[in-house]
Amino acid sequence: MTPLASYLLVAALVFAIGLAGALVRRNAILVLIGIELMLNAANLNFIAFWRYGPHPEALTGMMFAIFSIAVAAAEAAVGLGLVIAIYRHAQTTDLDKMNRMKG
Amino acid sequence: MDQIFVLLQHWLVAFLPLSLQPVASVLLAVVAIVCVFPALFALTTVFERKGLARIQNRIGPNRVGPFGIMQPIADGIKSLTKEDIVPSIANAPVHFLAPVVLVVAVFMGFAVLPMGRNMVLVDMDAGLLFYFAMGASTEVSVFMAGWSSRNKYSLLGAMRAVAQMISYEVVLLLSSVSVVMIAGSLSLTKIVAAQSGYTGIFPHWYIFTPWGLVGFIMYAIAATAETNRSPFDLPEGESELVAGYHTEYSGFKFALFFLGEYLAMFSISGLGTTLFLGGWSAPFSFLTFIPSWIWFFSKLMMSIFVFIWMRGTLPRLRQDQLMNFAWKFVLPLTLLNLMVTALWRFMGEGWARWGVCSAILIAAYILMGRVGMYKEHFGPRRYRYAE
Amino acid sequence: MSPVFYLVSAMTVAGALAAVLLKPLVHCALAVTVAFAGLAFLFLSLDAQFAGFAQILVYIGAVAILIVFAILLTKGSELPRDGVFSRSWLAGVVISAAVFAALGWAILRSAWTLPHEAAVPVVTVHDIGVALVDRYVLPLEIVALLLTAATIGAVIVAMHEKEGAK
Repeated sequence: MTPLASYLLVAALVFAIGLAGALVRRNAILVLIGIELMLNAANLNFIAFWRYGPHPEALTGMMFAIFSIAVAAAEAAVGLGLVIAIYRHAQTTDLDKMNRMKG
Repeated sequence: MDQIFVLLQHWLVAFLPLSLQPVASVLLAVVAIVCVFPALFALTTVFERKGLARIQNRIGPNRVGPFGIMQPIADGIKSLTKEDIVPSIANAPVHFLAPVVLVVAVFMGFAVLPMGRNMVLVDMDAGLLFYFAMGASTEVSVFMAGWSSRNKYSLLGAMRAVAQMISYEVVLLLSSVSVVMIAGSLSLTKIVAAQSGYTGIFPHWYIFTPWGLVGFIMYAIAATAETNRSPFDLPEGESELVAGYHTEYSGFKFALFFLGEYLAMFSISGLGTTLFLGGWSAPFSFLTFIPSWIWFFSKLMMSIFVFIWMRGTLPRLRQDQLMNFAWKFVLPLTLLNLMVTALWRFMGEGWARWGVCSAILIAAYILMGRVGMYKEHFGPRRYRYAE
Repeated sequence: MSPVFYLVSAMTVAGALAAVLLKPLVHCALAVTVAFAGLAFLFLSLDAQFAGFAQILVYIGAVAILIVFAILLTKGSELPRDGVFSRSWLAGVVISAAVFAALGWAILRSAWTLPHEAAVPVVTVHDIGVALVDRYVLPLEIVALLLTAATIGAVIVAMHEKEGAK
């Protein structure tokens, strides 16, 4: 049986990588990928705590993860829609070049 | 006779030490699936070519063996010995992985299909969800194939395929949900068990209910699109895209794509059989003496025959027609069917629910068909040329 | 600690790292698919069948494909000339390393209080379904509303602006 701490460590690592991706890359799509990774790491934590928690039959952590998956899908759709709209406007997805508030 | 394969498996496994038995029994079942379905694939290719030839007033393959039935062996040897060409600008690792991912994902789908009484590899509680999860993974492999080839036609074919598969997957899922609502389970064995009763000599299959019939038709349309079969074969239309996402594949990898496509057809027919046609149960109560697996495979082959028949009969759709059909006709009707299923569930036994449910569905069909077509103007199509 | 856990978590972390570090965007999208698949296997190893399959269905079947579409629609498959990393990349790396250090420190400090064993929970899909329409029915409805709003919003945001309508 794998201890809970190792799942939490993996989740922390994935979260940190996702954060790095969101902060370091120039492309807006990559930033979204980083955010998705962070959300997934949080889901892993929820599931792990659900599994090792005192009341797994209450399903709280599991439900949180399922709802979070559903919300993340909506978030990805809207986020990528925004990226496409910005690309159509500015002809680039490079975040470093998007430094003007005038249209 | 009914349990012959199950007994055979138990008999073979009993020779092994106790600790190895669970692993061995799973392995044996996997080997059986991996052997049976490719064999069926070989048979089907001949069957399809012969059938299509008959529809088109030709003879079809008739050179290898009696009546050409050895043709798949010749084809297999040919594709194995052919040179495996990878385009020099292709992305080699992705190009290599795409067919592998496709075939693996498709094979996984068979794990939850009950192919006879007690003949299911894994009786999973969330079997249907597992099946759809595996079906969704094939989209990634199609994209990988099209993108890594670095060929405009391949990429166009892949994008068409992915857009089409996503659109019709919604329909596929929603039409299966109505079955789940009535059966009350995502486990495919329980869905089959829910349909196994008989009234008089007639079975309780879901296709013999108003919502089941509509659901099955929607499922069949979505399944045809999902497996890229004609009339929805735009992603691989030979005449416009030179076979789409597998243009740049040759030799064994092409054979893998071909195999994956047919296996997807088998598994999706198997799922349709399980959901709507009572799985392995017999069509009449006096025919139950025939082994359950014979019924499953004959229903499967019947659906394959319908696939071939459609391919020989219907012309290919245009891309806009395909998308409009999915989002403006099939999807609303499937959503309505979901509500009708709920109505059916709560109206209780009796003839009233038959009348009400059928009336709603027929009215919706006529309304959407006629009113939707009202604004379309038919007439000679104007072609725009590049001037 | 089982070897399966090591393998799957290595696959997840490698996929995530590759997604962040690789240069061609399509490779990043494929790598993040691997990471999603690894996370789904981790869910399955935690006896959360439903969440694991939902993860595969939503993330590999929908989100990964969506990302790929966005990449191709924004001509992201060509490599940019002036590097893929932002000017402030060092700050980003430092911040995320600090976050990981803080999280890791917290986990390792409390590792001995965390449970190592737990009985396998008997949770069927039926239980999840009942919970969804019973205790969690309000969140379910809100999610339904949110998804509808998000669909409409995404379509409107990404729709072509009509000529002269601007």
